Amino acid sequence: MSMIFGVPMAVLYGQLLIGVINGAFYALLSLGLAVIFGLLKIINFAHGAMYMLGAMATVILFDNLGVNYWVALFLAPVLVGIVGVLVEYFLLRRIAGQDHIYSLLLTFGVALIMQGILTNIYGVSGLRYSIPDVFKGGVNLGFMFLPFYRAWVIVAALLLCFVTWFMIEKTKLGAYLRAGTEDSQLMQGFGINVPLLVSLTYGFGVMLAAFAGVLAAPIYSVTPVMGSHILIVVFAVVVIGGLGSIGGAIITGILMGVVEGLTKTFYPPASSAVIFLVMVIVLMIRPNGLFGKEA
Amino acid sequence: MSQIDIQSDIQQTILKQQKIDSRRKWILNGVLLVLLLLAPFVMYPVFLMKILCFALFAVAFNLLFGFTGLLSFGHAAFLATGGYTTGYLLSNFSGLTTEMGVIAGTLMATVLGLGFALLSIRRQGIYFAMVTLALAQLVFFFFVQASFTGGEDGMHGVPRGELFGLINLEDNLNLYYVVLTVFLGCYLLVQRIVSSPYGHVLKAIKQNEPRAISLGYKVDRYKILAFVMSAALAGLAGSMKSVVFELASLNDAHWHMSGEVILMTLIGGMGTLLGPVLGATLVVNIEYQLGQGPLRDWVDPILGGIFVITVLAFRSGIVGEVQKFVRKNMG
Repeated sequence: MSMIFGVPMAVLYGQLLIGVINGAFYALLSLGLAVIFGLLKIINFAHGAMYMLGAMATVILFDNLGVNYWVALFLAPVLVGIVGVLVEYFLLRRIAGQDHIYSLLLTFGVALIMQGILTNIYGVSGLRYSIPDVFKGGVNLGFMFLPFYRAWVIVAALLLCFVTWFMIEKTKLGAYLRAGTEDSQLMQGFGINVPLLVSLTYGFGVMLAAFAGVLAAPIYSVTPVMGSHILIVVFAVVVIGGLGSIGGAIITGILMGVVEGLTKTFYPPASSAVIFLVMVIVLMIRPNGLFGKEA
Repeated sequence: MSQIDIQSDIQQTILKQQKIDSRRKWILNGVLLVLLLLAPFVMYPVFLMKILCFALFAVAFNLLFGFTGLLSFGHAAFLATGGYTTGYLLSNFSGLTTEMGVIAGTLMATVLGLGFALLSIRRQGIYFAMVTLALAQLVFFFFVQASFTGGEDGMHGVPRGELFGLINLEDNLNLYYVVLTVFLGCYLLVQRIVSSPYGHVLKAIKQNEPRAISLGYKVDRYKILAFVMSAALAGLAGSMKSVVFELASLNDAHWHMSGEVILMTLIGGMGTLLGPVLGATLVVNIEYQLGQGPLRDWVDPILGGIFVITVLAFRSGIVGEVQKFVRKNMG
């Protein structure tokens, strides 16, 4: 078998694939964070919890109501999106206009509550969810084995990332959103319901996280604390990409997944820290991130 | 009455008021001091020392957050670095006296603080929070991987040793008064810092950074210094904590700890001197009391709820609200 730096090629490809999949999750999550931050200037510390809610909802809906994967793929994000809108309407709205730091602290509290309550009900050992039948098996690409489900995750995540980017950067609705955050009074003068727009934006960002959660349910262990670690990684991804840059978040997300996969192949002990190392280096060279504009 | 008379009258009233204020303060401080000195005869000293360590941690954090306006979400890194350094040195070099271990831990945290500051200081607000959080996570992973920390198990059996090679710290009461002295010293130091001209520049930076810059202050230097001092005090708190509990663990490095110190400071009153102390006392007590009772499993969601309520309803914290009330009603 061919080797590279003492590592079999098959292992390398395998880790690269895992890297791209992780990267797809990072991209979806950091995209949601970037949308919420870029448009609302809210750092959503509850983002990991929303991702967790999406995955938990998928499992719970299946176990209790027999809701299948495809329905969950729509239903779970919608439910979590509603939770998001409620959080925005009842909590975040009250501190609009205060220092942005308070939105971070508030969502941190919300995350603690959600995570704590679900831990009490379901424990931290992890729930099981099986891969939908359509995606069982895989295809041999000659140099590696590609499970169908993993391929689907990559395709679905990238598609959703592209649609979101297109919607915000290229459509009229996106233009309203961007204008509403630029000068909300003026936009309201034009007859646009800005508070509603804000609620919906937060709900939408949170839906992206929940969608990632549904995708994650069959391949990761579903626990109430699953969002807590990935959230910090995603924060680092967003800093590397440049806060508020939507395209940057997507590209950096996938890139960082790959970097992590490569590190796991060649120097495993550093794999969980490598993204933070990259962040330190990027901050030293480009303080505004790879895709950030000069502040 | 001539105008000069009125003015001197006003001045005298102000002076009188200041005298009353300062007398009130002295009485309050005196009462608190007596209470602290007598406390270990009523309560379990180790629990009191836990409160003091967290109070110092919160005071350190507040120097940066409350007085300079920089929200660090990575202060757990300094607490843990202080703790692990002290724990490692005291466990492996029997010739070291306790205070040398604690000083070394503090120095290590100071150096780390300088590194953090240099990397993060150009960011502001939430950007700053995220960068410090990610840096602290890097430190966390280092502690997870490094062999000397004992990984998930933590570092057990740190010897308390003897202060200056003379005073036996195995005795809880002795150790309590040492910790209390260190705490009070740091508290007074922070009080001195924030009331000094330097402290006023920090407050100016917090309130209006562009103006502070245009007045000619080298803002970054002020902020870096504040960050380093805050990190040093947080490291000191961690060092003492490892001596008190004879243990250094990953819990101290986890980002939940960074969140907890924010909660302590916020609930007590950020930007006040006594606030973080009160907040730490409250949070440690809440965690302990809940941990004993039927709500044992609900500590996290309850703390989260307190967080939400504090942010929504009383952002200036308990001490801040009391100050407002006193100012309004007792003139």
